[in-house]
Amino acid sequence: MAHIDDELDQLKVDTLGMWTLVQLQLRKGLEALTKLDKDLAREIILSERRVNAYEIKLDTDCENIFALFSPVAVDLRFVLAVLKINTNLERIGDIAEGIARFVVETDDSFDTKLLEITELLLMYEEAIDMLETSKKAFEMEDTKMARSIFKKDEYLDKINFNANEIIANYIRQNLDHTEQALYALSIIRKLERVGDQSKNIAEEIIFYVEAKVLKHKTE
Amino acid sequence: MPKIETKNINLYYGDFHALKGITMSMEPKTVTALIGPSGCGKSTYLRIFNRMNDLIDNVKLSGFVLVDGQDIYEKGTKVDELRKNVGMVFQKPNPFPKSIFENVAYGMKVNGIKDTKYITQKVEQSLQQAALWDEVKDKLKKSAFELSGGQQQRLCIARALAVEPSILLMDEPASALDPLSTSKIEELIYELKKEYTIVIVTHNMQQAGRVSDKTAFFYLGELIEFDDTKIVFTNPKNTKTQNYITGRFG
Repeated sequence: MAHIDDELDQLKVDTLGMWTLVQLQLRKGLEALTKLDKDLAREIILSERRVNAYEIKLDTDCENIFALFSPVAVDLRFVLAVLKINTNLERIGDIAEGIARFVVETDDSFDTKLLEITELLLMYEEAIDMLETSKKAFEMEDTKMARSIFKKDEYLDKINFNANEIIANYIRQNLDHTEQALYALSIIRKLERVGDQSKNIAEEIIFYVEAKVLKHKTE
Repeated sequence: MPKIETKNINLYYGDFHALKGITMSMEPKTVTALIGPSGCGKSTYLRIFNRMNDLIDNVKLSGFVLVDGQDIYEKGTKVDELRKNVGMVFQKPNPFPKSIFENVAYGMKVNGIKDTKYITQKVEQSLQQAALWDEVKDKLKKSAFELSGGQQQRLCIARALAVEPSILLMDEPASALDPLSTSKIEELIYELKKEYTIVIVTHNMQQAGRVSDKTAFFYLGELIEFDDTKIVFTNPKNTKTQNYITGRFG
């Protein structure tokens, strides 16, 4: 096997490693949120350092591959895609950390009615699913699977769009729960960003495999 | 212990000061690339490791060259033995006007090995190591000149490997070859690194990046920078190195 193939294989392995870590961060975030598990939330905050370390490692590896191997064609697109996917994954890691911080700061469990009417937990599951789908699509170079993420993102956008009105009504009827309602809105905003990041990742997978640029286009 | 070490090497061709106080060392089973503009001393430096410069008139050398900790310029050094241990591959493939088999067997026969079974085994092993066996196994008796340029170069590598060296010196081994043959030689270097210490002179910056662990930049007989290839190609410490590798001079 050519030297560059070894390097690209290793880059893929490390990217998948970061993906797994970020997925885990997001999953733990959901568990911490539903069980108000502050210890788990603190664990997520600490693990964020590992996500950051992964980001720096992948950046450096990409830089080295550019400098040493001058990749072209599919190899070039792969390294460019990994660079951008890396940034998106790191941001999802930040979001998981942000959600964990809410759990640490809040005193009471979320009102189940609030979670139900906002569809927050469904949204969270969908965001996790999007990240998992994107990982599989990357691993298997499956652009059909990558494209399935766009539809899922529309679902998250819809929940986010409806959230303002739903939460405003909820606050009017539950003034004593205003603070947690605002937390819920903030989490919804963050999950909507996870959807966007996953969509960006899907675009990068399609760029890498098919050499098609989907950015700023509606497919 | 480093595989190769030089300490304060100065080399003169007559009055011309070709190498100026070169001190560096190479670890076992690594690839070191020597880069720099023409006339900077990189090939001269390469040739001190198997005392090829001895063959040139008016050459004066000072300093120490250690291979496996032994000073190879010490009185009593057996140069023939040294060259068995330190093989060399040149820019232009230079097969002998003999069959493919005889080219690889030549070094063993010259060294007095007569065991035909051993020689046959070693020829096959060397051709396999040089990633050439599958292409020539059915025509070992054919002239080496019937091979393509890239195959001839791999044959020369097999010939060098047959006498069981531990160091391979390569002086622009792919500069006379087409891109596909170049790629095969580079893959071969990557494989050979597992068993040999390799020093390669190259004008091709991308090649240095692809194949080497360490890179040494020479300029006007001086060693300007010697570091991990990753560092030299991403963040060289010396402005001259940066200007050279980015194509701004040389």
